[in-house]
Amino acid sequence: MAFTEEQLVRYSRHIILTEVGGKGQKKIGQAKVLIVGAGGLGSPIALYLAAAGVGTIGLIDADVVDLSNLQRQIIHHTSDIGRPKVLSAQEKIAALNPDVQVLPYQENLSAENALRIFSDFEYIIDGTDNFPAKFLINDAAYFAKRPLIHAGILRFEGQIFTILPGASACYRCIFPEPPPAGVVPSCQEAGVLGALAGFIGTLQGTEVLKLILGIGKPLTDRILKYDALRTQFREVPIRRNPDCSLCGMHPTIQTIEVQEQPVCEIDPASSLHT
Amino acid sequence: MRVKINGKQEEIQETNLLDLLKAKNIEPRMVAVEQNAKMVDRSSLMNTRIHEGDEIEFLFFMGGGSETE
Repeated sequence: MAFTEEQLVRYSRHIILTEVGGKGQKKIGQAKVLIVGAGGLGSPIALYLAAAGVGTIGLIDADVVDLSNLQRQIIHHTSDIGRPKVLSAQEKIAALNPDVQVLPYQENLSAENALRIFSDFEYIIDGTDNFPAKFLINDAAYFAKRPLIHAGILRFEGQIFTILPGASACYRCIFPEPPPAGVVPSCQEAGVLGALAGFIGTLQGTEVLKLILGIGKPLTDRILKYDALRTQFREVPIRRNPDCSLCGMHPTIQTIEVQEQPVCEIDPASSLHT
Repeated sequence: MRVKINGKQEEIQETNLLDLLKAKNIEPRMVAVEQNAKMVDRSSLMNTRIHEGDEIEFLFFMGGGSETE
């Protein structure tokens, strides 16, 4: 499929890059990326991928926009308060780039729907807050054999790494299981600098575009840690764990497990605001 | 002895990883510990001796992003 005149102009700054070119821009246009969570991380990811012309963007989030989200969830505006996040995000994407098809899932990712939804996409991006979701995403990406860009943020710090299932270290190679409830503070109790979410999410978007284009060196087998207060980056090498319960030599996890505790919540009655 | 913790040189008294976590006031269940680029199983923290020049890395759980799921 040839580019239209308008697309040639829209994507000209990509196409001019030797590493992208018309061929790479076509790859971007054919790519299918699922963003789990349309919040602090998901906002910049969705906006940059839409601007880049990613052909199909899936968004999964059951929540509605809350006033306290707007400090960092930049895809949602004040007028969106009370509206489903996936619909608010879908509108912004459509306004930004009509080339992009958005598939909104206004539901929670669960052990029941994860594999079905993941199988419709080529790349998965974790923009969730809580640990049951992060482990579920890691496991489902492994079973669906989909590359995953993982990230987490808290206060002034963030960390990110890429998982190529079966080929590079997974989340469980580092953290075998979720922390017990209440041990790790959530962004709701501990706070998070809004711009930090934008920065880490933008890194996630960059990493997925590299994978789509097949350029550079993926962020695998190493964690990139960012300390915003000191403006310092550190790269920590990680290795595949031969004893990993998911991707090790003798895996004990054979299927997607239902993760019980909502670890990142203190008060289960209130919603979390990351 | 002199070790590197999260990239920073430090002088420590503790001789095993569990004691080091205690001295740093870090709850062992909220962290993954790497010693010289190798992940240490949580159950072996107490029995893992620290040696002069070791590079120790604490990787913390971090949530963040969206609040649902």
